[in-house]
Amino acid sequence: MSADAATHDDHTPSLWDWKRWVYSTNHKDIGTMYLIFAIIAGVIGGAMSGLIRWELAEPGLQVFTGEDTGWGALFGNEHNYNVVTTMHGLIMIFFMVMPAMIGGFGNWFVPLMIGAPDMAFPRMNNISFWLLPAAFALAIISLFVPGAGADNGFGGGWVLYPPLSTLGHSGPAMDLLILSLHIAGISSILGAINFITTIFNMRAPGMTLHKMPLFVWSMLVTVFLLLLAVPVLAGALTMLLTDRNFGTSFFDPAGGGDPVMFQHLFWFFGHPEVYILILPGFGIISHIVSTFSRKPVFGYLGMAYAMVAIGFIGFIVWAHHMYTVGMPVDLKAYFVAATMVIAVPTGIKIFSWIATMWGGSIEFRTPMLWAIGFIFLFTVGGVTGVVLANAGIDQSLHDTYYVVAHFHYVLSLGAVFAIFAGWYYWYEKIFGVKYNSLLARLQFFFFFVGANVIFFPQHFLGLQGMPRRYVDYADGYEYWNMISSWGYVIMAIGMLLFFAVLIESMISRRKGEANPWGEGATTLEWTLSSPPPFHQFNELPKIK
Amino acid sequence: MRFLTAFALAALTSASAFATPLDGQPTDGGINFQPAATSIMERIHDFHILMLWIIVPITLLVMGLLAWVMVRYGRKANPTPAKWSHNTLIEVVWTGLPVLILVFIAVFSFPILYYQDEIPESDLTVKAVGYQWYWGYEYPDQEVGEYISTMVADEDLQDGQLRNLSVDYPMVVPVGATVRLQVAAADVIHNWAMPAFGTKMDAIPGRINEAWFRVDREGVFYGQCSELCGIRHAFMPIEVHVVSQEAFDAWIASGPGSDESNELLAEYTAARETRLAQLD
Repeated sequence: MSADAATHDDHTPSLWDWKRWVYSTNHKDIGTMYLIFAIIAGVIGGAMSGLIRWELAEPGLQVFTGEDTGWGALFGNEHNYNVVTTMHGLIMIFFMVMPAMIGGFGNWFVPLMIGAPDMAFPRMNNISFWLLPAAFALAIISLFVPGAGADNGFGGGWVLYPPLSTLGHSGPAMDLLILSLHIAGISSILGAINFITTIFNMRAPGMTLHKMPLFVWSMLVTVFLLLLAVPVLAGALTMLLTDRNFGTSFFDPAGGGDPVMFQHLFWFFGHPEVYILILPGFGIISHIVSTFSRKPVFGYLGMAYAMVAIGFIGFIVWAHHMYTVGMPVDLKAYFVAATMVIAVPTGIKIFSWIATMWGGSIEFRTPMLWAIGFIFLFTVGGVTGVVLANAGIDQSLHDTYYVVAHFHYVLSLGAVFAIFAGWYYWYEKIFGVKYNSLLARLQFFFFFVGANVIFFPQHFLGLQGMPRRYVDYADGYEYWNMISSWGYVIMAIGMLLFFAVLIESMISRRKGEANPWGEGATTLEWTLSSPPPFHQFNELPKIK
Repeated sequence: MRFLTAFALAALTSASAFATPLDGQPTDGGINFQPAATSIMERIHDFHILMLWIIVPITLLVMGLLAWVMVRYGRKANPTPAKWSHNTLIEVVWTGLPVLILVFIAVFSFPILYYQDEIPESDLTVKAVGYQWYWGYEYPDQEVGEYISTMVADEDLQDGQLRNLSVDYPMVVPVGATVRLQVAAADVIHNWAMPAFGTKMDAIPGRINEAWFRVDREGVFYGQCSELCGIRHAFMPIEVHVVSQEAFDAWIASGPGSDESNELLAEYTAARETRLAQLD
């Protein structure tokens, strides 16, 4: 009887059985679907950034000329350029980085690392995922329906500031986008509940919170931020919706409202959100650095509580995004001080990673290259963050390309490099096949060079005064824009190499090992086969 | 192909990165702020230099440490890894030292913030109102009603006018005068930004924001709307002429927003350029 039950449990459904995916309650299958979803969304969002860099390569209008090219919403007029920058931001945040980090790696490795058989609520996990394609579909549909006047799509920036998102965009595109973000928000909240319950209740015997792997710590902090921040966004979005459709005036001064209140609500969500994007990356990098240095993470407790500190401070600094709205000066002074404090726990993390490598025996395998690249680039993005924290100088840099450069260094180069680091660290574990490390390293070099060529010159553009979200700029900004656009070409080659690695590994099918990284890889996922059995840890592992 | 040629040209003229910066407008290839024209912007310049002296060494330190561990602790150079993972002293140092650096930054940062924000006794008030997609200027002290300032379209550009920066009727202020700028908006949020002045203030429907500046030299200065405001966000620039008090008075008398006032400004600018050319 028990033998029968065991064979039944081990039965892995066919890859081609649609029910396996649509009805899935398996954390690994759902994680894989999240990863595939993130790749698809990333390609669309990345293509949009290609349109942006193409448009900005030279002064004048290149792409968004207003002439009918038959491409509808995408190659339209200047409004469609705003639509593309808006959607690039929203897609990369909500449909690429979050699904990859939290849905993908989180679903796959939180249960494996804590020795749990699955997530706490497997069916809720299913709906968390399947809400996301629905949300994404609504966002994509919004591109093809009227937004502002006769022009299609919402072009008011990912921050959705009213009155541009209310009076300025009377068409249904914005309503679709609100609905899209509501649904993506529900997906996130359900996921957050699931992770919190799993991490608090399903750790293997002996795994106390202070023995928990740092990736799990990073996910715990991240999902708490999600749980507390996303409902605030949902409230703000609902107020936008009723302002637009039901005659309320939360944000309309003509009815006694205030547009700045939306900004406060948005950034009370928005600032924790940027930490949601990067914290899981911190966890991933810690494991990779430790694995390939063959040395335990330096200052484990400091690392864990630095993330808790970053999460906490993340909630009390939001108005540093709003230094130019006309806040009282003492309030600005408070936000300057609070914001600069974040540099302390972040510094602890950077130095602890280097201290982990110090004295180690470092092997420069593919994931380690991405991790080292991450540490360097995140440092660059971090120090410009300290500059921007100062309201005095932000008065010059606010809404310029300096800000664009800053947040792409921490996100496009920070979060994305962490995702690729995790991807190549766990690829063999997830798919059970080995990738071609030469191609993968080549991808790293193209990404590293390309991303720097794109974004470093943007600091100069910002200092010179070039404002963000400009479809066409003054001729004095031509030189660095051209360089930046060439950087995109380099990075795009890296993206092609990413697919080359993927396809090559799937065709060659070199069988993966349980632990390809050797003695440095100490977390529980490496005790299982690659790929792991459909159901793992039927007998819970004991942690000493 | 045009793209390639332009890139080749850009690479050849890369020395432009070190060209003399232009006044009141971006310099192609420039890598720093535009030259300061106000006491506020001078302070921002100084603060930026201070910050560079902090952030560049920190970045180089991290880079250097990374390079060191990569060379010294590679698998070949150091086959047996150490076992330690704690060092209380170093952890205290790298927590405490950043705190000291941040306090040091704050000591210089807060005075600039308060200097910008506290408006001194002003000599004149200008009200700027943002519209989709142009600016309106009003001089309440001089009883000058609002006139509209619109970007000059590419096909109408005259000699000396800048694409995407020049406007038909600019704002005019006297040199050396403390200007109280009031910023408001009629439809959506805009932002009145002038890089050379260190001024950037949101124009928000339903409220009036205030900023101030005192320009220390005559000239023509350009800025651009800095809050996304719709389809023509990139095409509602700001042009400020800083002139002598007499010229300002004459401009006021000629009726701002009229062709006559523009002729006056054109003559004044031409005369100044001739004067400057003679000085060279």
